[in-house]
Amino acid sequence: MVDFTDLNLGPLWLSLQLAGVTVLVLLIIGTPIAWWLAHTRSFFKTAVEAIVALPIVLPPTVLGFYLLVALGPQGLVGAVWHQFTGSALSFTFSGLVIASTLYSMPFVVQPLQGAFEAVGKRPLEVAWSLGASPFDAFLTVASPMAVRGYLTAIVLGFAHTLGEFGVVLMVGGNIPGKTKVISIAIYDHVETLEYTQAHVLSAGLLVFSFIVLLIVYTLNRRLPLQVS
Amino acid sequence: MSRLQARFLIEYSSFRLTAEFSLPTEGTIAVFGPSGSGKTTLLRCLAGLIRSPSGFLQFDNEVWQDEAKGIFVPIHRRAIGLVFQEARLFPHLSIKRNLTYGMSRVSLQRRRISLDRVVDLLGVEPFLDRRPHQLSGGEQQRVAIGRALLRSPCLLLMDEPLASLDIQRRREILPFIQRVHQELTMPIVYVSHDLSEILQLAKSLILLKEGRVAAVGPIQEIFGRLDLPGVVEPGVVGSILDTQVAAHEPEFGLSRVECFGHSLFVPHQNLPVGAPLRLHVLARDVSVVTHFPQTQTSVLNVLEATVVEIGRSRSDQYAVEVKLDVGCPLLATITRKSLHHLNLKKGQVVYAHVKAVALSQDFRE
Repeated sequence: MVDFTDLNLGPLWLSLQLAGVTVLVLLIIGTPIAWWLAHTRSFFKTAVEAIVALPIVLPPTVLGFYLLVALGPQGLVGAVWHQFTGSALSFTFSGLVIASTLYSMPFVVQPLQGAFEAVGKRPLEVAWSLGASPFDAFLTVASPMAVRGYLTAIVLGFAHTLGEFGVVLMVGGNIPGKTKVISIAIYDHVETLEYTQAHVLSAGLLVFSFIVLLIVYTLNRRLPLQVS
Repeated sequence: MSRLQARFLIEYSSFRLTAEFSLPTEGTIAVFGPSGSGKTTLLRCLAGLIRSPSGFLQFDNEVWQDEAKGIFVPIHRRAIGLVFQEARLFPHLSIKRNLTYGMSRVSLQRRRISLDRVVDLLGVEPFLDRRPHQLSGGEQQRVAIGRALLRSPCLLLMDEPLASLDIQRRREILPFIQRVHQELTMPIVYVSHDLSEILQLAKSLILLKEGRVAAVGPIQEIFGRLDLPGVVEPGVVGSILDTQVAAHEPEFGLSRVECFGHSLFVPHQNLPVGAPLRLHVLARDVSVVTHFPQTQTSVLNVLEATVVEIGRSRSDQYAVEVKLDVGCPLLATITRKSLHHLNLKKGQVVYAHVKAVALSQDFRE
């Protein structure tokens, strides 16, 4: 029998918090980027698309390394942060959020961009002609029509943040209660040959991921809206 | 009377539109021309979906665009209704909420049309709680028209609203558009490449050809122009007569209509006496004689007319257009040989023979 009493669920909660906050930040930042990419004819579109997609191909350690440098007390971002808050960014939860936001960006931006492109300009033109300002039209027409895109973006962004390892290890380290997320906790358990604890956390993550995806796919199928 | 004044210049790499006109907005203004002539571009300029860099647009007292003064009112602040070729209903909203989308964005004082009125006018009562995808194409387009009307626009812009529908559906919707105009007295700019729609609806016309305004003005005037053959397809060169049904002769299957004191017989029309009936008389169906026929003729419709103008004879063509005046312009196509033979002169009184069949053009077909 597995002894649950000495099982520390802290890393799981930390992971869920990190994934939740990251997705929230990504929706706020990623939606305008996706909207711009879906509608612009700018010369810079391709370049921005490539930058957004970088984390997909880049080894997490590379991204993690540059982030560590940038977020550190002498780093470009870290120094500014230090001036205003008096604390560093590296090896903190805030640092993890920034790193995860960059790392999971493509998984939120790309589905949203695809959804906005599928909605297209035509419904927006109708909304404008009916007196809706561009922002009104975005809220009342484009967003509800792109709801599947939002759902996909949220799930992928959440799951991807939950599963990240390399970036988190580089930027956050392994500080219990602050930066020790579930994937690192599992690695720790394996390192110290605590296979039972590793099993429990891994299986928990597996089941959790499966249930989330199941709910999402069910919801997605039940959504009244079909946007082709 | 309100006017629509516009001046646009649009230049794309493969397309150019120059349009300048000033028209009274009483009645429907039709924008007519072949595909690729710039009709939709012109309408999008009027709507504010395309911004012509040096454009000017004034409707009534409202200046919507005057680039010389840096004025450009964005589309959502213009009191226009816009109906596209496709219905473009919002798929995530019920029919009722589609209808009220624009209405709810107009202040109560500025609402001119009630939901009940539009529902009644367009016969969309049975669909109100449905979703767009549950409606047929014709039903969807009716909702789209209603949605635009409920925005309480000063000007309704329609971009080939019937083009994506089959004949049956067109017949179903065209009367609704006429009712919109008649019952709500709302000026309409109506884009189409379908002459029968134009003839049925339009009071004035903007004729586009290859990105230029080839003619602009009252439709009767344009369709009485001698240079019409160069602008529209040869098969539709002919004049427009606005007549009134005067009597029916059911025993002969005919109806008698009147226009500028002339009586004309047309195939029986299922219309009440006094109803307006617009006729399109093809120029090739009008022949000219110099004296009132003394002997019996099988041609029922003989109209006294004055020769107004004679088209330019071209040596490579055997026919020539002659413009007659029967109270309104009437074009006749005759051979150059006949012209020479009859020795027609400006101001001469002649008699126009109009074959009864040519008048059967009832544009509800």
